[in-house]
Amino acid sequence: MKKPIYMDYQATTPMDPRVLEEMLPWFVEKFGNPASRSHAYGWEAEQAVEKAREQVAALIHADPREIVFTSGATESNNLAIQGVARFYQDKGRHIITPVTEHKAVLDTCRHLEAEGFSVTYLPVQTDGLIDLTALEAAMTPETILVSVMAGNNEIGVVQPLQAIGQLCRQKKVMFHCDAAQGAGKIAIDVESMQIDLLSLSGHKLYGPKGIGALYVRRRPRVRLKPIQHGGGHERGMRSGTLPTPLLVAFGKACAIAADEMVAENQRLLALRQRLLDGICSRLTHVNVNGSLVHRLAGNLNLSFGFVEGESMMMAIKDVAVSSGSACTSASLEPSYVLRALGVSEEQAHTSIRFGLGRFTTEEEVDFTANLVVEAVNRLREMSPLWEMVQEGIDIASIQWSGHH
Amino acid sequence: MIYLDHNASSPLRPEVLQAMQPFFSERYGNPSSVHAAGRACRQGIDEARRRLAELIGVHDSQIVFTSGGTEANNLAIFSQAARHAFHGHLLVSAIEHPSVLQCCTLLQRLGIQISRIPVDANGVINPDELLGHLRSDTILVAVMQANNETGVLQPIETIAAQCRQKGIPLLCDAVQSFGKVAIPFAEWQLSLLSLSAHKLGGPKGAGALVVDKSLSIEPLLAGGGQERGRRSGTENVPAIVGFGVAAHLAAEQRQEMTSRWRGWQAQLEQQLQTALPELQIAGQASERLANTSALLLPGLHGETLVMSLDLEGIAISSGSACGSGRSRPSPVMLEMGYDPELASSMVRVSMGWNNTQEEMERFTKSLIKGIKRLLHW
Amino acid sequence: MAYNDKVLDHYENPRNVGSLDKNDPQVGTGMVGAPACGDVMKLQIRVDEQGVISDAKFKTFGCGSAIASSSLVTEWLKGKSLDEALSIKNQQIADELALPPVKIHCSVLAEDAIKTAISDYRSKQKGVDAP
Repeated sequence: MKKPIYMDYQATTPMDPRVLEEMLPWFVEKFGNPASRSHAYGWEAEQAVEKAREQVAALIHADPREIVFTSGATESNNLAIQGVARFYQDKGRHIITPVTEHKAVLDTCRHLEAEGFSVTYLPVQTDGLIDLTALEAAMTPETILVSVMAGNNEIGVVQPLQAIGQLCRQKKVMFHCDAAQGAGKIAIDVESMQIDLLSLSGHKLYGPKGIGALYVRRRPRVRLKPIQHGGGHERGMRSGTLPTPLLVAFGKACAIAADEMVAENQRLLALRQRLLDGICSRLTHVNVNGSLVHRLAGNLNLSFGFVEGESMMMAIKDVAVSSGSACTSASLEPSYVLRALGVSEEQAHTSIRFGLGRFTTEEEVDFTANLVVEAVNRLREMSPLWEMVQEGIDIASIQWSGHH
Repeated sequence: MIYLDHNASSPLRPEVLQAMQPFFSERYGNPSSVHAAGRACRQGIDEARRRLAELIGVHDSQIVFTSGGTEANNLAIFSQAARHAFHGHLLVSAIEHPSVLQCCTLLQRLGIQISRIPVDANGVINPDELLGHLRSDTILVAVMQANNETGVLQPIETIAAQCRQKGIPLLCDAVQSFGKVAIPFAEWQLSLLSLSAHKLGGPKGAGALVVDKSLSIEPLLAGGGQERGRRSGTENVPAIVGFGVAAHLAAEQRQEMTSRWRGWQAQLEQQLQTALPELQIAGQASERLANTSALLLPGLHGETLVMSLDLEGIAISSGSACGSGRSRPSPVMLEMGYDPELASSMVRVSMGWNNTQEEMERFTKSLIKGIKRLLHW
Repeated sequence: MAYNDKVLDHYENPRNVGSLDKNDPQVGTGMVGAPACGDVMKLQIRVDEQGVISDAKFKTFGCGSAIASSSLVTEWLKGKSLDEALSIKNQQIADELALPPVKIHCSVLAEDAIKTAISDYRSKQKGVDAP
């Protein structure tokens, strides 16, 4: 077993060796610019790009012509939300999005607010799921867009996309779904789910970094104002030279995900249960954050009472996990996602995200569970809070000297 | 296959791929993650940033990595426009890359006034003329260092000094010139500089915007706050690492490459002009990149020539390789005053790091033969 | 975050983890920080008849730097008079552990813990002295 063990699959995934193998030749033997239509190098590259487009489209049951390649899901989210808002602003200037969305969605909405759009940040329930009646109630005649993620990056909670799609279509509101975490992990069908725009990321599904896509519905047609202007690539929706090797790899990664998703999910669910059992059978005061039912198979977010998350990460440094979202990096603020679930700040500070994936083994899971139990016991011995709990003192009743 | 379309995209240097490979396999973390896997990626980015900063003489913090040159240009222009609430005046050269010109078209609709500085018959901007166009409400001047079609270099140092004196930021698109000529950012007092990896033997998918310390950037992409909040999105680590190595290699070999290209360029152009007396070379009288020759010949259709050479395994281009492969006379040639018919005849030969003397000789022969056949000589 | 070797050493081999009897008049207890902020430090000192700190113990809920800061000060405190102990400044702790800027607050917390423990001890002593 190789250490450190990688259990941070929601931050990024290692590239699948099959994807790498497909990609590498495009760096050396085949280097044409796909927009160069006049020589063979360019043609070959263009064919490869079109194949990749088909593979990406197939994963979400879309038409290849509905796929716009981007530099990643952050760009896709920006393009979808800014693009729709700017194009349809005469129709209405209201957007709805849950508070637990990825920063790329929330920050984009904040930018739009500064431009005069109004945004409803929809609260979530304690299990992390949105309340459909609250969503419906938030809709006004001004509402042009609802943006809800497929799977949450921190807690893995999967939203009821089908029901949201149905509601949006009925209310004639466009539905954008950030599926950076969901695609390739749960079945997504843009037709049956009535999704109008959907963001994808390469490096979250065993493909490379630096590539993503935005699905843009053709019927009924969704239109966008681009954010990156230039040579008019991607049907004018996104300019800039397409990195052929990354596109080819992204396509392959989608094809593998489509083929293996069902089997992989079963395997991951079993591994996750094994990890959870291995930990909870030997420790008390462990909480699962977010719904365990409506959840990506590869995600487990736990709070270990009275043990601070960062010291926990240090204690299990042979396992790469994260405490809160990787995108907020070294920020000391407790996770806004957990806070939105009603998790206390204190409990948020004790949370650890375990991300399991394609290359996680049973042996790694067992090793991790043992390490976690050992670390929590050791840190609790060191924790004044744990001592107080053992003495029967109610921590909530204490007046703390704040150090914010 | 003889590949002479390096201005469209240059093949990846083997050393670059070698440096990138660990980041595709064992060093796969997210650079924002605090664990060792994340830090291993962060180190790769830091190293690339340091190398680029050193090459152009800036501080590391002045480099903003982007997905490429197009994004760098968009970021620079939209940031300036947003900082001025989409009011004011923007001055661009008429031969800028579409990623600059299309931003201007859009900004015009949003309320910014655009002036285009023409180029002369040699493809060069007159700095005095530019000076005359500057206004009190000019928010940005955009001039490329080297044109992608002709390779003609603009007097950036002079223009930068003028802009600096007026306190107006200058965006210099150096996507084509980076690695081929020196760009002393600080010495020339540039404000914004766009760079791309895949034109100098680096990978596609990485570029950078270099920003003067006094200038703040309004991001195009909102999100996780990477690149000091100036460009969100998980960094394309392998590509950024490759960019650093490619830039380093290009700089290291610059003099050697330039003298080699210069020799081939002279040889090619001389032999062509001897064999085809009517052939013209756009910007021949100007200071140009050593790797680029833009050829024009009455009666020829550029794209047909490109296709016929392609059948022989030779890749050149008929104008810039951008967008949806439209065939129309090169706007750059039109701006230089060539009539549409002659402009349509333009083919571009652009050499790169891996061409050889033998390839150039074979190419020259094939080119002359190909042209003569098409013109029924 | 890459941790400095000294932080790692204190984190992996923390000195003087434990508790002293908080009701003992010779013991001063300082509890600072808050769970909601992600760190709570409990520092205890035992002061002998000569007014010298003879023992120090800590328990900390917090990151590696917080644990290292409290572990380090327990080492420093032993053998010091109360006035000497009060002269320990957070900057010394931060320098010794080479704490990065985002972790300076850990050293501040440790300094606060010393002050709070000493003040707890002194107030207890006042209670003892007063007949």
